[in-house]
Amino acid sequence: MGEDPTRRDDQGGGDNVYRVVGALTITRAASTQREIDAMDDPLTIDLSEVERIDTVGAWLVHRAVRDRHAEVTGETTQSRQLLEQVAEADRPVRVRPDQRAAPLRALEELGDWVAEAGKTLVGLLGFLGATVISFGIIVTRPRRFRLNAVVQRFDLVGVRALGIIGLMTFLIGIVIAQQGAVQLQQFGAEVYTINLIGRISVRELATLMTAIMVAGRSGSAFAAQIGTMKITEEIDAMRTIGVSPTEALVVPRMMAAVVMMPLLSFYAMIMSLLGGGIFVWVALGIPPLTYIQRLQEVVPITDLWVGLIKAPVFGFIIALAGCFQGMLVEGNSEEVGTRTTAAVVQSIFLVIVLDAVFAVFFSNVGWI
Amino acid sequence: MTDEAPASTPDTSSKKDGEIVISVRGLKNSFGDQIIHDGLDLDLRRGEILGVVGGSGTGKSVLMRSIIGLQTPDAGEIEVLGENMIGRDDVEAKNIRRRWGILFQNGALFSTLTVAENVEVPIREYFPFIKPPLLDEIAGYKVAMSGLPADAGPKYPSELSGGMRKRAGLARALALDPELLFLDEPTAGLDPIGAAAFDELIENLKQRLDLTVFLITHDLDTLWAICDRVAVLSDQKVVAVGTIEELLALDHPWIQEYFNGPRGRAASAGLKKGHRGA
Repeated sequence: MGEDPTRRDDQGGGDNVYRVVGALTITRAASTQREIDAMDDPLTIDLSEVERIDTVGAWLVHRAVRDRHAEVTGETTQSRQLLEQVAEADRPVRVRPDQRAAPLRALEELGDWVAEAGKTLVGLLGFLGATVISFGIIVTRPRRFRLNAVVQRFDLVGVRALGIIGLMTFLIGIVIAQQGAVQLQQFGAEVYTINLIGRISVRELATLMTAIMVAGRSGSAFAAQIGTMKITEEIDAMRTIGVSPTEALVVPRMMAAVVMMPLLSFYAMIMSLLGGGIFVWVALGIPPLTYIQRLQEVVPITDLWVGLIKAPVFGFIIALAGCFQGMLVEGNSEEVGTRTTAAVVQSIFLVIVLDAVFAVFFSNVGWI
Repeated sequence: MTDEAPASTPDTSSKKDGEIVISVRGLKNSFGDQIIHDGLDLDLRRGEILGVVGGSGTGKSVLMRSIIGLQTPDAGEIEVLGENMIGRDDVEAKNIRRRWGILFQNGALFSTLTVAENVEVPIREYFPFIKPPLLDEIAGYKVAMSGLPADAGPKYPSELSGGMRKRAGLARALALDPELLFLDEPTAGLDPIGAAAFDELIENLKQRLDLTVFLITHDLDTLWAICDRVAVLSDQKVVAVGTIEELLALDHPWIQEYFNGPRGRAASAGLKKGHRGA
């Protein structure tokens, strides 16, 4: 703040006297410390002209007394009181947890990481098992089936994703058509653009893009919702009431993802074909009827199966990663963010790895 | 008044006891159709501990949020330390914010920082030129002053118990040596021993650090033990302000029920017994 106290250092007469005039407060802490440090021992601090003092000012004086055996003169009732207060509170308090030496820490981190990865894997297996058991319980005792929860998830995961997935795959259809047409036109084979659109949309891209969108939309939401419920102890409350969190939270989400993924994928295929169709109609002058007829000729029905068989598996992976990461949340709110990110990254990564596995598998079984 | 210390010293020239440090006039707050405050007036005098009580939903926390500028009221005037608080821009308000400390209900500690680092945050913000070693020392004695054990400094908020978290929040509220301390239900969720210790700590710090305290509470023991005056919120305004004895003389149904209910009587009896014993 505004006031600028003047200080006088009386060097004469053997003792060094540091006289504080005006405020001895946190606003002047840095300069006061510098000035006290610059004085030679033996030091006397004269507080008789201090107008305002706070604990930081008192602490600086206390430090000088403690470390340099400085003498304090002219203190008022209030400054004496504050000096006593800070002296009482003078205990060695560490600010940060201890840090180990760098190589040791690196080793420790590596160990932690391996242990963590192992634990996560075991935990994931356990989680998978618990989910399967819950499914089993629900199948044998259909009364435990939470229709409302499941329908609500269907709505959130499926119906509400229609807009964005439709728009996205429609645009992707246009992009495939446009890029394909540019290349194929070079040797006058632009009619093959339809083959390209049909096969790549149905077989690969529609399902893959849907899975990525569902992972981003719903997988992250699963992790965040369950994680927040963990922090607010809702999950503990459920357990004590006798409601199994796996049955109430995980199973509906899992079902929603598994059921909705093929439906959304099919819808994405149609939208992608629609986008491509509009492009070839406008840009290449191929009328819709011809487009549809050509699609029927060049896209084998097995492509549809390839696309649709993958979808529920992807949905399962997404829900599994999302719910599992949500359940792992512990402690603070930052963890929710970390776990949500982990859920999305893991599910998209696993989806793409599985997609590669499927690609090889279906080629080998002859669905080319 | 319990504040006997600063008399006769020249360094308190600007801090007269009894001077009004918070003045709220005609405050109006509403959420949608629901009116929380309507024509609320309140004064806080320097050097006192003012307890604010009221049933759930009477807007105790909203009042505090209005005073500290987290909530813009629909109408009314609020002056803190002689400065008008409504419609201030952030730069101006910063100078006033530096002069108060706030303990939120659940501590509101930054979960990614240790307790001591939490205390350092406001100091770093306002006084960036203070060197890290001194900063650590300041954080250290503030932590100790709030009654936390020395090993609490490097701990993260999630590793603390509820009572320790409150103390850590208090340490952060005291970081800048504020004149004014806002406490939102400081003893809620503490065991009676912990709550009594916290009361004592606040009383002690108030005496020694010249604090003025705005204290929202439900805790009758706290009211009896440390509050100089009590303001009662009811019917969208402050219906009465005064010492508990003064309030008891009033014929307001809520006040009578509150202080003369079974718990109120027990708290008052407990205090009287304590006095006789001492």
